[in-house]
Amino acid sequence: MDSSNRPLETLTEIRDLMQRSSKFLSLSGLSGVSAGIVALVGALVAYLRLKTDALSYESTSQLSELTRGEMMRFVLIDGTIVLVVALTLGMFFTIRKAQKVGQPIWSSTSKRLIVSLIIPLITGGIFCLAMFYRGILWVSFPATLIFYGLALLNASKYTVRDLEYLGISEVVLGLISLFLTGYNLLVWAIGFGVLNIIYGTVMYFKYDRKS
Amino acid sequence: MLEHFNKAFESKARLGIMSVLMVNESLSFNALKELLNLTDGNLATHLRALEEQGYLNVQKQFVGRKPNTTYAATTDGRQAFTNHLNALEAFIRTGQY
Repeated sequence: MDSSNRPLETLTEIRDLMQRSSKFLSLSGLSGVSAGIVALVGALVAYLRLKTDALSYESTSQLSELTRGEMMRFVLIDGTIVLVVALTLGMFFTIRKAQKVGQPIWSSTSKRLIVSLIIPLITGGIFCLAMFYRGILWVSFPATLIFYGLALLNASKYTVRDLEYLGISEVVLGLISLFLTGYNLLVWAIGFGVLNIIYGTVMYFKYDRKS
Repeated sequence: MLEHFNKAFESKARLGIMSVLMVNESLSFNALKELLNLTDGNLATHLRALEEQGYLNVQKQFVGRKPNTTYAATTDGRQAFTNHLNALEAFIRTGQY
């Protein structure tokens, strides 16, 4: 096995090994699409139930149909269901892709990817719960987007670089909605729904279809 | 030109080990085995050879009750591997293979 006979081939192999060992490349585009669809459904349900998009601090005191407590509980439950279903579907498509390509799912790279995602997400989750607890409901909507974006940005180091763009878009959208209050559900639907679907579709055609 | 090729990296397995450890701070024996598709004995032999050259740093520790050995590239190892890659590149540039 003398590798110096075929230098070009050797270099290609080295590059492939470096990529494969430091990045988890089985992340499926369909994971993004499914998460986006679930988020859109969640936002629609919330809109139908609350009959308003303005969850800003001025308007929450004037809600007549629902008490503040009921509304908070509803938003929490709705958000949690969306998160759990989106994660489950996301993992399903990614595991399916990994199996198709013959890559291990539980590897040092996937572990690093999960850890880098989870730390900002849990931080954001606790932050939003604190905002809920303090009664500053509206802040937690932009905050979820900002922390989600930061989590993606962090995780992009361990997977396809393209995830970075999605992360930055989410952060920017979250920051804008901190100032443009009154469109919480709409911004949420764009951030978690539309952006995820666009990103997932692009990734699907860029990486998944080839393999 | 050929004398610049490092003998330590002649086998594909050793080249693989070094490439993977260039981009990862450290990796366990099992992670290396999975990535490179090598048998235990084969991988251990190559790792020992690289360790003897001073290219690898070996750390033995216990995770619970299981022994866990991790490997990292030393500064010498990184330098040697980079030189080897440069030699490969120069060789390709001449277009005479």
